[in-house]
Amino acid sequence: MLRYIVRRLLYAIPILIGVSLLTFFLFYMSASPEQIARRNLSAKNPTPKQIHEWLAQHGYDKPLSEQFRKHITELFQLKFGNSDATNQPIWERIRTGAGPSFMIASLIFVAGQITYICVALGVAYFRGTYVDYWGTFLCVLLMSIVYIVYIIGGQYLLGKVLKYFPLAGFRGGAEAWKFVMLPMVIGVISGLGGAVRLYRTFILDEINQDYVRTARAKGVSEQAVLFRHVLKNASIPILTSTVQAIPGLFLGSLLLESFFGIPGLGSLLVDAINSQDFAVVRAMVFLGTLVTILGYILTDISYALVDPRVRLE
Amino acid sequence: MSAVLSNLIPVLVVVVLVWALVRARRAPLWAEAYRRLGRNHIAMAALAVICLYGLVAFLDSLSWKDSRNDDPKSVIDRVFARPKERTYSAPCATMTTGEPHPRPLKGWHLLGTDGVGDDVLYRTLKGCRTAVIIGGFTSLIVTPLALFFGMLAGYFGKRVDDAVQYTYTVLVSIPDILLLIALLLVLGRGLPQLCIALGITSWVGLCRLVRGETLKHRDREYVRAARALGVSHGRILLRHILPNLLPVVIISVTLGFSGLVLSESILSYLGIGVGPEVGSWGNMIDAARMELAREPIIWWNLTAASVALFILVLAFNIFGDALRDAIDPRLRSS
Repeated sequence: MLRYIVRRLLYAIPILIGVSLLTFFLFYMSASPEQIARRNLSAKNPTPKQIHEWLAQHGYDKPLSEQFRKHITELFQLKFGNSDATNQPIWERIRTGAGPSFMIASLIFVAGQITYICVALGVAYFRGTYVDYWGTFLCVLLMSIVYIVYIIGGQYLLGKVLKYFPLAGFRGGAEAWKFVMLPMVIGVISGLGGAVRLYRTFILDEINQDYVRTARAKGVSEQAVLFRHVLKNASIPILTSTVQAIPGLFLGSLLLESFFGIPGLGSLLVDAINSQDFAVVRAMVFLGTLVTILGYILTDISYALVDPRVRLE
Repeated sequence: MSAVLSNLIPVLVVVVLVWALVRARRAPLWAEAYRRLGRNHIAMAALAVICLYGLVAFLDSLSWKDSRNDDPKSVIDRVFARPKERTYSAPCATMTTGEPHPRPLKGWHLLGTDGVGDDVLYRTLKGCRTAVIIGGFTSLIVTPLALFFGMLAGYFGKRVDDAVQYTYTVLVSIPDILLLIALLLVLGRGLPQLCIALGITSWVGLCRLVRGETLKHRDREYVRAARALGVSHGRILLRHILPNLLPVVIISVTLGFSGLVLSESILSYLGIGVGPEVGSWGNMIDAARMELAREPIIWWNLTAASVALFILVLAFNIFGDALRDAIDPRLRSS
């Protein structure tokens, strides 16, 4: 097992190198540094001297090979330097932002998966009936609504009309849950349609298997068949799609945090977009990639743990 | 020049679609699928809705100048343009809203006007073209690319496969939204840039699918027979394997279309989608984000854009599912 994990971790290295090459190409070679400097300098028509100073300050004036070395070492030692726009150290912002972001993303993730699996099991229980038909149709309806409308509508309905939650904002410590609830509810509902429909098919794939018929023939109740036998086997494809949902959490946190004014990584990224802050975007892309790759490795490991058919060779 | 080009794209999308539909009808492989699809009334209704959106996009791309110095105006501009008002007004209202002293309106607006006084119906219709370009043009970029690399990787295996797999593993490792942001920051805002960026993030899924399918077909008897007869690799790929991949590809592209249209609105909301001068539903939703908090609330702007988006995406989702069921019953979701 340990050997498997180590080998799986080693596989990540060429991919990280590929990602850093790609980001280098994107940020250093496809746009000229002067354009970046012009966009960043607040003066309308910066003088050549100002531009030059800005380039020197942010290390864009060195030869490409030098920049590349700096880029690679920065990324692999996780030293991100200072922001292009505000000149603050990026790590500082990431560290303060990671807490709220992680809180919201993990809450959405956990609450979401539990809700989706329960609803999918419920729909699968009524398979072939009108409940199933309309449930699936409702899922397609929910899938067709854009995330932003969920956010705006959810805030209006739950925050303004029903007054269940505070409208926006964030406070750390014991009061944090109040501000996290609304984004969480919206995050869970926005993913409901797609996930339930997908999980339903996974469950229905299992329901026609021989072992299910055997269990029924032995007199196991329908609920026990569904929740014990089917769920265990359906959990393998569900696991895959769950991990594939991790990159999607970035999108969720990006939109939710910027809309609700939560000072997390999503807001950091939105600020970076608005101020054309390449350094921050670069750092976030690399961090996001790390998290995603870690997610893939974790799936592979959990496969090996859950499914005895998976060989470690 | 770029205006001509961007007008050609929707025309091209529509022409390619119609050509594909007419041609496919004659092939025996597709005739059965057509019959099954024709019996599905909901799918036909969805197709009609898609055609309607396509028609609006098409009409919005047919533009000509009245005189030498004018900007070219499209059919939609000519039919639906309304006089500009001062500020917000409710649907079918006669007075403006949101001002201390409401003033009478110059014209009649079915869906009201937005903050700068533009007619909401007109702006919603203008969004059709952007959505069709984003979905259609990106699909046009993505499909050949994914087919080419996917088939090469699946058919030849070994080094080629390793290289293609490595490329898409790297791309998949970066969360889509982060890659899109990075690409769009570097490329700048605009419709073609957005299509290219969406193409780069979305070809991977299709490429994987094509590679897997090609792998399946590579060792089938019919391919072996062709090879034994001395048919060249290129011809095997194009004449023998490609037709067998098309059903899967068509289903995947149709279902992917709605994702592309949704991405546009999210990216425009984040301020990196199409520029503010292009009418798009994402821009409308972005402009309307604070309007529900106003007193009296301004709901028509957000509603018009999101309902237009919702109906198009829903139609594509329903039609895509029906297409999947019709083309390949084995892939049926239930």
